[in-house]
Amino acid sequence: MNPTEWSWMPGIFTAEGFAGYADAAAGIVFLIMLATTIIGGIIACNSERLVRAVAGLALCFVGVAAIYYFLNSPFLAMMQMLIYIGAVCITIAFAIMLATPEESKKQGPAGPLTGPLGLVTAGLVTFGMIGLAVNTKFDIMPKVNMGKVKIIGSQLLTTYSMVFELVSVVLLIAIIGSLVIARHGRSK
Amino acid sequence: MSLTILNAVIAVVAAIAFAAINAAYLVWAERRGAGRIQRRPGPNVNGPFGLLQPPCDGIKLMAKQLMIPGGADKALFMVAPVLAMAPAIMSFVTIPFSDTIVAHSMNIGVLMIFAFASMGAMAILLAGWGSRSKYAVMASVRAVSQNISYEIPMLITVITIVMMTGTMNLAEMVASQTGGIWHWNIVPSLSSPLMPVSFLLFFICALAETNRAPFDLGEAESELVAGFHTEYGSMGFGLFFMGEYANIVIGASLITILFLGGWGCPLGLYPGVWWFLLKIYLLIFSFIWIRWTFPRTTIYGLLNLSWKILIPISLFNLLLTAGLLKVF
Repeated sequence: MNPTEWSWMPGIFTAEGFAGYADAAAGIVFLIMLATTIIGGIIACNSERLVRAVAGLALCFVGVAAIYYFLNSPFLAMMQMLIYIGAVCITIAFAIMLATPEESKKQGPAGPLTGPLGLVTAGLVTFGMIGLAVNTKFDIMPKVNMGKVKIIGSQLLTTYSMVFELVSVVLLIAIIGSLVIARHGRSK
Repeated sequence: MSLTILNAVIAVVAAIAFAAINAAYLVWAERRGAGRIQRRPGPNVNGPFGLLQPPCDGIKLMAKQLMIPGGADKALFMVAPVLAMAPAIMSFVTIPFSDTIVAHSMNIGVLMIFAFASMGAMAILLAGWGSRSKYAVMASVRAVSQNISYEIPMLITVITIVMMTGTMNLAEMVASQTGGIWHWNIVPSLSSPLMPVSFLLFFICALAETNRAPFDLGEAESELVAGFHTEYGSMGFGLFFMGEYANIVIGASLITILFLGGWGCPLGLYPGVWWFLLKIYLLIFSFIWIRWTFPRTTIYGLLNLSWKILIPISLFNLLLTAGLLKVF
């Protein structure tokens, strides 16, 4: 297509004109994703109603999925959506609906050590994170593939087969455990 | 193309317009079809054949006051209808209408559509819980358990297709079926003799996933008033309605792409967007036809159908296809 054909358009709409703003735009998009994740997390932790907390968790997962997409891992992003929002959040919400007739969070009385211990833990985690962030050398990874299933599948069954097997063992244990619990309730 | 952002904007506007026009006129088609099947005229007063009924309904819905029930959880109540509509529009981004008309061809297109479709259950849950009415809560629990159980056979069937075509890109899936009806995935082949069964499975699951009759337990009006959107009026209800029809269009498009050769002609002539549209509207017509001729199932019958019949069959089909693909 002849570029001059679109000369009446504002410069930012063309690829050439947009290149100058690309970094800024990417930064803004990244900040929006970050804000979504953090706001979702805050809602999940601080809301009084459990269903709202689950909604906050879902928002947080959307933010994380968006960051995965932003980091060139569309497969991971979609899996995050499918598993964490489509399955985990809905299962949690289901459990809340089936279990508690009242929906407000129950909070026991806080002990005298809760505040100081919490502060210490938060401080340690913050220091650890800062240490990690400062000491890690951030390399820009090459774009491996755009979510070709074949490559992901063969990688899972060759290079990462150990992780794959371990995850499946964990899942098997979870299934057997839940069956044992369900069975126990039924025999009564 | 040198207009990257403009392309994106045009794609989004086109997706929203397509979803909205379809939602409006599928309601009209549904009501006319229902009228035809039940031997009554249906909406035929406004305009020729009642074609001006959808704009009138739209104006009515938008002009109505937005009511929020006193006991409702306001934030969740407001978020739920948007959450029902937005993922449906997102899914249109990756659907290829023809080899040139696609907003963003992704290598994991199938996965993306299912990822966003799974958010629909969240919308129903939040709607039911947010309105704090027992009918709505009961309906949303039903609808979500239905969505979860039918997602499993649907995804297993999709895995079968992905194994056969070796790609998750919707356009490549269609490309592998070009050249006439005997190349379509619905036709049984040597490596997958049970393809028509897969098609039937997927069709049933698509009906159930879009909460259509005979599986519309989520809005069983004879027992639960109007189901999860009992408390919604005006545009809140309108968004749920539009979301439902957008999901139907997406379901029909997926069936067309996965099984019916996408934009290909049955005889291999003049492939193009017209074949795609023809196929999806034929499928949507069959959805409407089924809705008005079958009685509603019960919730136990529905869940048993999924867990005891559809999931075993789809798993068997998956294993059979995997084995035969290895052999041939």
